[in-house]
Amino acid sequence: MKTDRIVNLSRRRFLTESVAAAAGLTLGVLPIAGAGMRESGPGLAGSVPAEAGDFQPNAFLRIGRDNSITVISKHLEMGQGTYTGMATLVAEELDADWEQVRVEGAPADAARYRNLFWGEAQGTGGSTAIANSWTQMRKAGAAARQMLVEAAAERWQVKPAEIDVKAGVVSHAASGKKARFGELADAAAEQPVPQDVLLKDQDEFRLIGKRMPRKDSPEKIDGSAKFTIDVRLPNMVTAVVAHPPRFGAKVRSFDAAGAKAMPGVKHVVQIPAGVAVVAGDYWSAKRGRDALQVEWDESNAFSMSSKQILEQYRALAKGPGTVGRNQGDTAGALAKAAKVMEAEYSVPYLAHAPMEPMDCVVRIDASGCEIWNGEQMNTGDQHAVAGVLGIKPEQVRINMLYAGGSFGRRANPKADYVLEAVHIAKALKSGVPVKMIWSREDDMRAGFYRPLYLHRLRAGLNDDNQPTAWQQRIVGQSIMAGTAFESMMIKEGVDQTSVEGAANLPYTLDNIQIDLHSPRLQVPVQWWRSVGSTHTAFAVECFVDELAEAAGKDPVAFRRSYLKGHPRHLGVLNLAVEKAGWSEPMGPGRGRGVAVHESFNSYVAQVAEVTVRRGVIYVERVVIAVDCGIPINPDVIEAQMQGGMGYGLAATLASELTFKDGRVEQSNFHDYLSLRIDQMPEVEVYIVPSTEPPTGVGEPATPVIAPAVANAVYAATGQRLRQLPLRVV
Amino acid sequence: MIQLNVNGTTRSLDIDPEMPLLWVLREYIGLTGTKFGCGIAQCGSCTVHIDGEPVRSCSTPVSAVIGKHVTTIEGLNSPTGKAVQAAWRDLEVVQCGYCQSGQIMSAVALLAHKERPTDAEIDAAMQGNLCRCATYVRIRAAIKAASKQPV
Repeated sequence: MKTDRIVNLSRRRFLTESVAAAAGLTLGVLPIAGAGMRESGPGLAGSVPAEAGDFQPNAFLRIGRDNSITVISKHLEMGQGTYTGMATLVAEELDADWEQVRVEGAPADAARYRNLFWGEAQGTGGSTAIANSWTQMRKAGAAARQMLVEAAAERWQVKPAEIDVKAGVVSHAASGKKARFGELADAAAEQPVPQDVLLKDQDEFRLIGKRMPRKDSPEKIDGSAKFTIDVRLPNMVTAVVAHPPRFGAKVRSFDAAGAKAMPGVKHVVQIPAGVAVVAGDYWSAKRGRDALQVEWDESNAFSMSSKQILEQYRALAKGPGTVGRNQGDTAGALAKAAKVMEAEYSVPYLAHAPMEPMDCVVRIDASGCEIWNGEQMNTGDQHAVAGVLGIKPEQVRINMLYAGGSFGRRANPKADYVLEAVHIAKALKSGVPVKMIWSREDDMRAGFYRPLYLHRLRAGLNDDNQPTAWQQRIVGQSIMAGTAFESMMIKEGVDQTSVEGAANLPYTLDNIQIDLHSPRLQVPVQWWRSVGSTHTAFAVECFVDELAEAAGKDPVAFRRSYLKGHPRHLGVLNLAVEKAGWSEPMGPGRGRGVAVHESFNSYVAQVAEVTVRRGVIYVERVVIAVDCGIPINPDVIEAQMQGGMGYGLAATLASELTFKDGRVEQSNFHDYLSLRIDQMPEVEVYIVPSTEPPTGVGEPATPVIAPAVANAVYAATGQRLRQLPLRVV
Repeated sequence: MIQLNVNGTTRSLDIDPEMPLLWVLREYIGLTGTKFGCGIAQCGSCTVHIDGEPVRSCSTPVSAVIGKHVTTIEGLNSPTGKAVQAAWRDLEVVQCGYCQSGQIMSAVALLAHKERPTDAEIDAAMQGNLCRCATYVRIRAAIKAASKQPV
């Protein structure tokens, strides 16, 4: 195979197998040369499980003789609308009928399905799904369309240029001939694969930019959608794990007698993460775990409390850290300043707490290992599992199912919960499929949190109270340290995810310095929806409000004057404040706040309106403007703005994970508070028209709400709240 | 043996009477549309109807529903149920979808009692159903649409 980017897989298939069971046209756009075919089936997400003997192509697109079009998504659907987005890109260039398109999750195969922004790895995150697939998926659709046209031209003996394709029908006006895709699929598969396809101009789009219905809605509304927890396999057992009470503790010994005496319990096995209890069903396994006695060696366990951590960070913030951005002479400007303003902002640890707790199904067999998972880190997990089992990564077959939320949690660089399940299956030695389910308490307490961060900000003001220097010192654990991403994401000692959103401060100032301390603690940490921006946007956009006030300027006017040269920031800011009616007066106890922030190359501004009454913050209305390039599906964008903001609002008002003597204090949704429907404000979403390539929408709304609300609370009460979750005193 | 009426079908199951209804539905009857979220009746993902009333099945021992009618998302076929599901589709409520079976079951139960609920009544009835994707704006709108009120 040469370095073709577009490969006709159905022909390969035809050449290698004399019988094409369901045949049709299959196209893949290969990101790299020499990628080998894998015979594993596609993921099961949203589809009927593939059965042995079925035609199992391995590409982005399959057209069946039955006129069905299957788009194979290399990205996980975890709520963000990616299946609908992938289908839209393919169907647009294919000129398919939306009704005939369905979507399937791709198998783990980096050669074919890598994230084009992630080197050689397949995975979903960083709001990259649409952005990295934008050209790739459209090319897959356009190439298939061209082959269908060529096949029709050959059959009808007419010129390809005279053929039209619309809504799944290929037609030739002069002769009146028509054919549906399915009728042409076999013949199209015999056509040469076009290497240079012409993509549509923006004004030719029929699906992109329209509110196409989500592909995953119907099965999520009637209860038939399959998540990992719903997988049922013959002879499957269910496992729960007793995790250590504190990070760093180890099993010293355990007594399985009590657990084994419980009805239904089959096995009790030790694994690196703790002790697993295996039963025929979840409830029996959990009862078994309740009866299990484990003695933990806590001699090297984490023992700090959140207050101590904060104090330690505060002390660290007094000394210089590793510089992440240095522009001008910040120290000199601060020394010369007429006045220096200083503030400390902090945020707590946070659990991701998706509605589906972590779970994973594993079956080890002679050919390797098969996994069913809401799979967000396909290649990383494949390699991690292969390492544990001593097999090749390609022997780890992963079925990418729907994830019941994730918010980053299922993309664990250490494959933590996946490996727990693999270790259990390995320990059983019997080859029976194992479904491991974490209880909500496990999900809260077994780790991998958004780190606690502290920011110390200083600004120098001149005689006119205008800022001349910005110094921001950030203290918090590195997410990337000790992971496979370390070499890529830690540059000159600075974890880029710790400083993103601050290091790229858009405000035009002569002197800017950002530095970082990355203390090492035993608390396992991980990216959380919008990653570094979860804390940097809060610190930056609140401190900017403080500077505006010091300068005697309106917060919007102040931002405008320092955002010259940043038209996309200004675009969303202006749109949001205009729609919100920024200058309209509000009653006593009420206030309006604004924040604008770029993350993952998408720009979001939010205006929040709040009422503060008897110490309670009521967020009543949020106006959101977003610039995410060419909007693929305005309805999905609107949903992600609403929901992404809501996810951030939970952390603004309520969520907090704390430690006492090394133990996590929260355990379930009664004490780890989330946003409920009565706290959800009215939300308006406005999308900036654009001709720029599309960027992500899953994350960028999340970090903007905390500063918008905090600034609104200040406007309402005169209280500057600098710690999340916000508490009015 | 426990006799259980689920979605109009009576079954005999050899199970511990203390087992929560949720796990009986999911693992012994194979109705996986009802979801596990917290296990302590704090999130609403496991909501089913027992004689038409919304109940958290994760915290309901199966023995408590003997002789009663259990309805799950798979068995939701009342006109109100269909109207709610249609509104959920029309307004594109779902994101990850994991909590939505429970949301829909709670919404249907609300509309069975209150033909045209106000915003405050919707908030009160739906307050026990968490959605981490925060689809709440559309849940509210869909309940209004299903009850033929302006959205």
